[in-house]
Amino acid sequence: MTQTTDTNREGETLRLPGAAMTEPELDAWFVREVLPLEASLMQYLNRNWRDSSEVEDFRQDVYVKVYEAARREPPKSVRPFVFAIARNLLINKVKRSQIVPIETAVDLDALNIAADEPGAERSIIARDELRIVQSALERLPKRCREAVTLRKIDGLSTREIAVRMGISPRTVDAHLVEGYTHLADILYSHTDAMEKKA
Amino acid sequence: MQPKHHQSAAEIGNRAADWLVRRYDSEGWSEIDQVQLDSWLTEALAHKIAYLRVEAASKRADRLGALRRPATVRGRIIPALKAVAVAVAIVVVFGASLFAIRSGAPEKTYVTGVGGHETLTLRDGSRIELNTDTSLRIADSGAERVVSLDRGEAYFQIVHDAAHPFVVLAGDHRITDLGTKFLVRRNDDVLRVALLQGQAQFDTEDSRGRQQATLNPGDVVVATAMSLSIAQAPTQILDDQLGWRRGVLVFRHATLAEAAAEFNRYNLQKIVIADSHIARLNINGALRANDPQTFVRSMKMFFDIRAEVRSDAIILSR
Repeated sequence: MTQTTDTNREGETLRLPGAAMTEPELDAWFVREVLPLEASLMQYLNRNWRDSSEVEDFRQDVYVKVYEAARREPPKSVRPFVFAIARNLLINKVKRSQIVPIETAVDLDALNIAADEPGAERSIIARDELRIVQSALERLPKRCREAVTLRKIDGLSTREIAVRMGISPRTVDAHLVEGYTHLADILYSHTDAMEKKA
Repeated sequence: MQPKHHQSAAEIGNRAADWLVRRYDSEGWSEIDQVQLDSWLTEALAHKIAYLRVEAASKRADRLGALRRPATVRGRIIPALKAVAVAVAIVVVFGASLFAIRSGAPEKTYVTGVGGHETLTLRDGSRIELNTDTSLRIADSGAERVVSLDRGEAYFQIVHDAAHPFVVLAGDHRITDLGTKFLVRRNDDVLRVALLQGQAQFDTEDSRGRQQATLNPGDVVVATAMSLSIAQAPTQILDDQLGWRRGVLVFRHATLAEAAAEFNRYNLQKIVIADSHIARLNINGALRANDPQTFVRSMKMFFDIRAEVRSDAIILSR
């Protein structure tokens, strides 16, 4: 077989030079290159935006801009690209909100260098992946964790999980929705599910 | 561009997770659901990104299953007893042999030659695309639609009809569509099934007994006489595997030997690699399936190799 489904290889993008990415390529690129930067991006946004309740929306805006820009032209170096976009968004927001911008602007300039550091996130190797996901699972709220474990590890269907947990299939679904949402936050933002709930 | 600005990222994230659970975990995912999901995903880029993000997290969790139970088929396996009940409910009960085609149904055989590519449209609007060097038989008894893939590769886009199940037979294996697009490839003793859209049921029965799994989008089954595995493949890989529909072969980290074998499926002028070092070289890229000469020319550009071109073969050596 020429094609491989080896999950370790899904990280590679191989395009003929100059070609724009197709939509599926762009999606894969985003998951592979941008999502691993989320923890540092959130840190950056949290440090530079006083209202922490807005940071998640901010992240969304950054992602949309990153995706749109990459659609026009895929960046050579992803980390500086993402942080440049985050920085511009912060600056624009500061300008629009007309709150005293001085410290923030200074801070932004100082932080700009951080964008050029090689990403520690990328050094995570496959060997650690299972351990990381497993510890993320352990950090889920109890019922969520139970439903996700039965689903992902034991491979049970919603109906079977419902019987096992003594709840309705709809409640199983709700636990899974909550579980996956937390998993995404833990795996990418490195925020704790319990903290966020509080 | 972003019509749902009043929706917070948290709300969108929650909605995305909800779609994901409905699509992969809950029962009763229909074509209408798929259309609604597609429209939600295209409504705003933020929707799609939130979906990609939660889907990526969920897929990472899928790998835990592989860790715990490496020897068994993982995924949404229905325990054998229940599976029988489900099968009876949705699939016509077969006679003495589970995989026997019912006698009496008129049967037609369709064959493509090396390099061939043909599309069949069935009465119900279902489409079957035959790749190179493929042979399949279609029997439509009125009650059920049965296709036997005897050799080669075909892409199925099936119009679902619960009353008339669509079944693909390949050796000991059976795929029953539940409203689907899927790819089946059978060569030598390996069967590969990739599900692109919808849902299908995969059955296999051999001397060791019977196994059954429900396939969801992205699932790839690889079955040999000795093993059966189901794994999730990224969309990109699935797209690559369908390159032949556009006449293109896509290679990612393929060895030259693998690429040559792939080209040889499509062409009578065979690429022969006369050197084991060359056979192990790695290549990437997309190339026209019916043009082995361009492939060989680019190989010569990148690697220090020689090519002897004959009418029936191209021999590569150092």
